[in-house]
Amino acid sequence: MKKLKREHIDPLLVPPIVKTPKRVWHLARINRRPSIRSSLIILAIVLVTGLLLPVLAPQNPYDLATFSIMENRLPPGSESFDGMTFWLGTDSQGRDMVSAILYGMRISLMVGLVATTIALMIGICVGLAAATFGSRVDAVLMRLVDFVLGFPSILVALVLLAALGRGVDKVIFAIVMVQWAHYARVMRASAMVERQKEYIEAAENLGYSKLRIMFRHLLPNSISAVLVIATIRVAVAITLEATLSFLGVGVPVTQPSLGLLVASGFEFLMSGEYWISVYPGVALVILIFSLNLAGDRLREAFDSRR
Amino acid sequence: MIDAPIISVEDLSRKFQRPPVLAERLLHMVFNSKLPPVVNAVIDMDLTIAHNEVMGLVGESGCGKSTLGRMISGILPPTKGQVVYEGTDVSDLSSADKLAYTLAVQMVFQDPYASLNPRQKIGDMIAEPLQVHGITTSRAETIARVDQVLDEVGLDPDYKSRFPHQFSGGQRQRIGIARALAVNPKFLVCDEPIAALDVSIQAQVINLFMDLRDNHGFTYLFISHDLSVVRHIADRIAIMYLGRLVELAPTHELFAEPAHPYTQALLGEIPSIKRRRRKFQAVKGELPSPLDPPPGCTFHPRCSHARSRCKEEAPVLRTIGPERQCACHLINKI
Amino acid sequence: MNDHLLTVSDLLTVFHFSEGAYAAVNRISFHLKKGEVLGLVGESGSGKSVTGQSLIGLIDPPGEVVSGKILFKGRNLAAMSDEELRLVRGKEIAMIFQDSLSALNPVLKIGEQMIEAITEHDAIALEVARDRTIKALKQVGITAPEARIDQYPHEFSGGMRQRVAIATALLNNPDIIIADEPTTALDVTIQGQILSEVQNLQKNTGTAIIWITHDLGVVSELADRVAIMYAGLIIEVGTIDDVLDQPRHPYTRGLLDSIPAENEPGVRLHQIDGSAPRLSAFPVGCPFRPRCSRKVIACKDSLPPISKGDRGHTWTCHNPIPEETQS
Repeated sequence: MKKLKREHIDPLLVPPIVKTPKRVWHLARINRRPSIRSSLIILAIVLVTGLLLPVLAPQNPYDLATFSIMENRLPPGSESFDGMTFWLGTDSQGRDMVSAILYGMRISLMVGLVATTIALMIGICVGLAAATFGSRVDAVLMRLVDFVLGFPSILVALVLLAALGRGVDKVIFAIVMVQWAHYARVMRASAMVERQKEYIEAAENLGYSKLRIMFRHLLPNSISAVLVIATIRVAVAITLEATLSFLGVGVPVTQPSLGLLVASGFEFLMSGEYWISVYPGVALVILIFSLNLAGDRLREAFDSRR
Repeated sequence: MIDAPIISVEDLSRKFQRPPVLAERLLHMVFNSKLPPVVNAVIDMDLTIAHNEVMGLVGESGCGKSTLGRMISGILPPTKGQVVYEGTDVSDLSSADKLAYTLAVQMVFQDPYASLNPRQKIGDMIAEPLQVHGITTSRAETIARVDQVLDEVGLDPDYKSRFPHQFSGGQRQRIGIARALAVNPKFLVCDEPIAALDVSIQAQVINLFMDLRDNHGFTYLFISHDLSVVRHIADRIAIMYLGRLVELAPTHELFAEPAHPYTQALLGEIPSIKRRRRKFQAVKGELPSPLDPPPGCTFHPRCSHARSRCKEEAPVLRTIGPERQCACHLINKI
Repeated sequence: MNDHLLTVSDLLTVFHFSEGAYAAVNRISFHLKKGEVLGLVGESGSGKSVTGQSLIGLIDPPGEVVSGKILFKGRNLAAMSDEELRLVRGKEIAMIFQDSLSALNPVLKIGEQMIEAITEHDAIALEVARDRTIKALKQVGITAPEARIDQYPHEFSGGMRQRVAIATALLNNPDIIIADEPTTALDVTIQGQILSEVQNLQKNTGTAIIWITHDLGVVSELADRVAIMYAGLIIEVGTIDDVLDQPRHPYTRGLLDSIPAENEPGVRLHQIDGSAPRLSAFPVGCPFRPRCSRKVIACKDSLPPISKGDRGHTWTCHNPIPEETQS
């Protein structure tokens, strides 16, 4: 911190304010560190490209009419018949990699976000209930949570999907099943701390129902921790989906996510046609990385001051 | 002169124990190992509070006064004994009557920072019970009532839309009182309501309590560790030590002639601006932990009058004069 | 002319906000004599704790000690570097805080922490340091110190921990102890014990004490002189008898009158309306003006002047309470 210069202090100043040189910008919490800004910018770019697709992609990889198998496995930079440049090459079906990646990113993101949101909602309800009702209810719910968390998530998801088959909705279901317990645990921990506070006792004293206390009083004040965890875990959900798709049990071929794209290009890696696998992989890494970074920075920003 | 009692407690006790884990329970069954320790927060309390009376409840940390307050307001159930409200045992009340009792006995909390929901506007905070319980029937009526109680505690009704963090400690305490007032209580349990406030604000809040009592005919249980504050506002004072009632007397008599050695010690410790550079003569010994209270009379390790009987036998609360009770082997009559 | 151990002149400590800096301690001056107990009384926001911390360089950003002189044994503490201050802290001026639990390191044994306090300032053998520690613990009334020296802070009760803090402060025989609300969080009977210990120790060692508190009752029984602070200013200072019997500043009078024990039981207490201003909202002119029953025009325009009376009794008021009206 700069030391205050003597000439800025007016000895007769009344009220006792000493003016520092002009520096007006209001420091919003997020604006405080450049790294937060940059990670959020990357994230915003990723999200926007993922969601605004039809406008950006040169080609719709699902529309069979737009690509031709005769153009398959072309290296990056090649030209198609109709003058379009395949900037990242084509895959085994002749689809433009750029388009495929953009669409794949959208699927990956969508699955990740939807699964996380649903898992979050379930986890919040379970965690709140455990904290509010205590004793038996708490014991039963937490044993359930422990049980779910005891299994490696990929294994459980694999088993579930083997039983359910392929499909985006089934993937979301499987991811929700293995993720909700994390949120339940964090929510319960925050809620239990808040529950000790006197305003909750006051609410009980005013005759409110347990449900009202749970959602109107406890929830808004204990949700911040679990929300921050959720932003980080979206990346986990996406990774999980990518892994499942790579293994062939995730999303169907008609709606390829980045993981599936990586898988479909795998067989060509050894013959030097790396672009079919590698570029979707790179896109996946960037997606996860920027989500993690943003989540991390958000956590720092909200933790330190609250 | 005791009027019809509004609340009395009979033989009231409250234990706390961390619920034993399954492993501990099994070990206890098989090997008779120790279960988690029990804290006897309140032990066999008998107390009667009359209508429109201010009962002061004084004690230091660990004496159980907050626990007793919470049992009386219905937030915490007793493990033994009963709370009797207007003649009926509280646990026997029908659910409609139970609700009436819960609303009639309101609590004012110690910590002005933790006792208000940080995410609720204070107007909503006060309006909520009115709407939930149908105390007011229209929106206009609700707003009018909120304005009324805010005004009564000395806050500008325009503050309705503000959040707790925008207020000072003293103002927050007033908001807590307004919230309690909104539901038309009859009995207020005030748990150290001014301990966390600045000295110059304490006088304001004490005056507020006194005004409310005069205007509404409230009955108070005023819990505090500060005897000089309690002296000012209370009609009778009950002194607690480690979960038990050790002395009960009308205020002026307690100060004129304290019977129990602990009361005498407390009185001696009150700093006074009239005494200058005096020699402190402190009570010896530590406050015992409620987990491990001394045998017999729990005060005996610190008592300058302790005899051998005090180490073995816990004294019973005895009436030693008109409206005076004391639990000490050495005091028979005032 | 000075037998003053500590002389503070025009101490100014500010806190930086984005819009400017506010003075938490607004150019105050006071002194401390050798071996005396000075009570520093004020409510929250008065600047009393900041004053204590400013004296020994414990003010961290966004706070800053901007100007003023702190003369101690011929040196100006305000002009010293962090390193020099560190040598003074703990050895010649020690501090005791309100929350004893967070003032002690929970993962170190009491003995280790206390011995560290000695060896940081004196290069002496560990055995000697250990003996000194045991003696200090005995002095503050801790029984079986040889055993307790190997215990952890959580094994001590609140009152005991505070005694440990006092013992630690005394280890290096400081000239001054600054005690910041050390008994506020303690029960009344324990407070009495601590105050009694402090009195004895003070008599035996002759250490000067600055006792920071909001409790006038404690100060009246412990202190020789008292300084009352409000919104960063010392509004009245003098001997205990002078200030408590003949307060000249309306705030002091108001504080004394609002003490329950000074009022008839059952009668409405004298109260000071309003509340203390926040640091970022100190009023122009005299900061007490909005709450004052004796305000005059001048109070709005300028900070009040300092008036002097007998025996070093001074007050800062445009319209002080005249001497005759005291009962």
